Amino acid sequence: MTAALRFDPIRLPPECEKLRQEVRAFLAEEIAAGTFDPHKPNREDADAPEFSRRVGERGWLGMTWPKKYGGHERTFLERYVVTEEMRVANAPTRRFFVADRQSGPVLLKYAPEHIKMDILPRICRGEVCFAIGMSEPNSGSDLFAAKTKATKTDGGWLINGSKIWTSSAHIADYMIAIFRTSPPTKENRRHGLTQFLVDMKTPGIKVNPIGQITGQFEFNEVVFTDAFMPDDHVLGEIDGAWKQATSELAYERSGPERFLETYYVLTELVRAVGSKPDTRSAEGIGRLVAQLHTMRRMSVSVAGMLQAGKEPVVEASIVKDIGTVWEQQLPHRVRDLAAFVDADASNHETLENQLSFAIKTAPKLTIQGGTTEVLRGIIARGLGLR
Amino acid sequence: MRNRKTGNAVAESENIVAETAEKIFTDLADAQTINLDKKGNWKALLWQALTEAGLPLSWVPEDCGGSGASMAEGFSVLGAAGRFAIAVPLAETMLAGWLLSHAKIASPEGAMTVAPATPKDRIAIGADGTLSGRARGVPFAKDSKHIAVLASGANGLSIALVDTANCRIEAGLNLAGDGSDTVTFSNVAPAAIKPAPKDFDQTQLMLMGGVARSLQIAGALEAMLDISVRYSNERVAFEKKISKFQAVQHNLAKLAGESAAALTAATSAADTLANSTSFDDAVFLEAASAKIRCSEAAEKGAAIAHQVHGAIGFTIEHILHRYTLRALAWRDDFGSESYWAVELGKMVAARGADELWPLVASR
Repeated sequence: MTAALRFDPIRLPPECEKLRQEVRAFLAEEIAAGTFDPHKPNREDADAPEFSRRVGERGWLGMTWPKKYGGHERTFLERYVVTEEMRVANAPTRRFFVADRQSGPVLLKYAPEHIKMDILPRICRGEVCFAIGMSEPNSGSDLFAAKTKATKTDGGWLINGSKIWTSSAHIADYMIAIFRTSPPTKENRRHGLTQFLVDMKTPGIKVNPIGQITGQFEFNEVVFTDAFMPDDHVLGEIDGAWKQATSELAYERSGPERFLETYYVLTELVRAVGSKPDTRSAEGIGRLVAQLHTMRRMSVSVAGMLQAGKEPVVEASIVKDIGTVWEQQLPHRVRDLAAFVDADASNHETLENQLSFAIKTAPKLTIQGGTTEVLRGIIARGLGLR
Repeated sequence: MRNRKTGNAVAESENIVAETAEKIFTDLADAQTINLDKKGNWKALLWQALTEAGLPLSWVPEDCGGSGASMAEGFSVLGAAGRFAIAVPLAETMLAGWLLSHAKIASPEGAMTVAPATPKDRIAIGADGTLSGRARGVPFAKDSKHIAVLASGANGLSIALVDTANCRIEAGLNLAGDGSDTVTFSNVAPAAIKPAPKDFDQTQLMLMGGVARSLQIAGALEAMLDISVRYSNERVAFEKKISKFQAVQHNLAKLAGESAAALTAATSAADTLANSTSFDDAVFLEAASAKIRCSEAAEKGAAIAHQVHGAIGFTIEHILHRYTLRALAWRDDFGSESYWAVELGKMVAARGADELWPLVASR
C-alpha cells in the first residue's frame, strides 16, 4: 500500500471542555459589552487592541510556549479549542492571530535569547501584531524567487525591495520576512534566502494599503528603502530559510481557521429555515453538517499528531486543501438553499448581508497561505508522484 | 497517561485481529485471482478460513456462540474487508450476530444477513407470533442460511432469527454484482424471537449498518488510491510516466483527500459507536455523517480512479471495478447519503441554529 495516510480518531481531552466553557463565557461577555457583533463578519472594527489585551490577560495567547517567555505551557489541543471558539464567534482576532499561531513559534525556535525575552511576553499579553513578509510583486507561490535584497553592512543589513499582499502590515509592530542574502546556486534554487525579524518602525519602510474586492483594506504593499536590520534580527541560518519553512506549515495549514472562515452563513441558514425545514433544505443542511463534522475531525486528528510531536505535513496539506475548498463553496451552497427561505424570516436581512460578504471573501480562501495548486503539489509529493 | 496506555493496548489488539483478517484476504481473496475465477470457487475457501478464525461472529459473545471480540476489533476487520473489496457476507454476518446478541439469541453457524436493510421497510409480528412484511435490498440474502430480523409487534420491537428457507427471496444484484435481494416474509415462524432492548430501534440498526458500510467504502478508497498511484507510476504516455503530469498529480491529490475524509469520518463514527453507552444526538451526528461523507467520497473518488486508469480500468479484466463498483453500491445499503442527510438536517434544524456549533464541537 502507499504510505498510509493517518487520521486517528483523536478526542479532545476533558480539560479542553472546561476551557471551552470559559472561552464561550468570555466571548458572551465581550459581545454583551458591544466589543463585536458575532453576526457581522464584515465589520470595520476588526483591529481590536483592547480585546487583544483581554484575551492575553486570560492566558489564551502563547498558550503552548514556555512560562519563561510569558507562555502557559498548555497543549496544542487546548489552543485548538480557543482558536475554534473565537473563529465561530467571529471575534476580532486579527491583531494577535498571526503572532500567536506563527510568528511566536518562529521566534521561539530561531531568535536570540534577548529578543525572545523582549517580544514573546508582549505577544502573550496581546500587545503586538505581526505580519508575514513572503510574497513579492514577482514571486507569490514561487516563494524562492524572492528578490528583495538584504546587503551586509556594518552591524547589520540594508533591505531594498518590496513585499506585497502583506496582511495587517498597516497595523503590525513586526514582520517576519524572507530576504535575499545570496543568489541561488545551480544545485539548489532555494538557497540564498534568510529569515529576518523586521521592526515596522524602522526608517525606510513604507506601507501602502491595497483595496480588496470585499471593500476591506487588510493587505498591503510594503516598500523597503535602505531599511537597516541589526545582525541580531537574523532568524536562523543565513541563506538557509528554505530549511526552516516546511515544519511551520503543518501548524499553519491544518487549524480550524482553514474551514471555518465562512461558517457563519450556515448558522444563519439554519436559523432562517426554522425548526421544520422542507426536504430540500434538510438534505442540504445535512450534507453540509456532515462535511463540516468530517473536516473538523480531520483537523483535530492533525492537532493530536502535532501534540504528539509528529510532523504530519501531507495530512495537514490535505486538511487545508479540502477545508478551504469547502469554506469557499459553503456560501454558494447556502445561497442555493436560501432561495427557498421565507423572505419574511426575522434574520433574512442578516443572512443576505452575510452571503454577500462571504461570496466576495470566498475567492481568497484557496489562495492565501498556500494555493490549492501548491497544496496538491505537496500532497502529490507525499504520494510518491514527484 | 493511563488512558493513553489503554488506548495503545486496544490499538494493538485491533491490529492483531485486523492482521488476521488481512492475511486471510491476501491468501484467499487476491483481487487478481478472484477476477479471473469465473466460477467463484474462491468463495467457499475464503468463508471457511474466515469462519475458522472466528471473524464472522466477531461481535457475538462467547456464551452466544461467537468469538467475543470488541466492537473496535470488529470495525477494524470491516476496514480491512473494504481494502480487499471482500464480496462474501462477512459484514452482514457480523451485523446479524451483533443484532441477535442484543436479544441474547445464540448465533447459528453459517452465513447470515439482516432485515430490514433500508430505513423504510418494516417487518411486522402478527398476533400468532409469525413475521410478515417485505425487506428490499437485503445484501446476500440468497447466500445466507439465516436472517436476523428486527420486527415490530403490539408489544414493541423484537429481534428474531429466521431460517432463510422459510422466506420468499427474489434474487437481485447490486452495482458490483453482489446479492441484493428482496425478502418476503409471509407468516414466517421464527427459529427464535425475543424482545429487543428497551432503548433499541431501527434507526440504530440502520446506523450500525451504515457505519459498517462507511468503513468498507473508506477501505475501498484506500485501495483505489493505492492502485491508481501505482498505475500512474507505471503507465507511460507522451514519453513520460503519467504521474509526472500535473493534471494527473492534482487528480490523485484530490483522491487522497476524499480517501482521507472517508477514513476520518468512518473511523470517527466507529470509535463513537464502540465507546458510547447511550444513543444521543452526538452519536447520530457521527454515524449519519460517516454514511453521508463516505458515500460522497465514493462518488468523487471512484470517478478519479477511473479517470487515471483510462480505458483499461473500464475493462472487466482489470481489478479496479471490484473496488469502485462496490464502493458505489455500498452507498445504497442501510439508508443512502441523501436519506441520512435529510434526517441529519431535520435534527440540526430541530435543535436550532445556536445549538449546531456546540453539537459539532462536542465531538
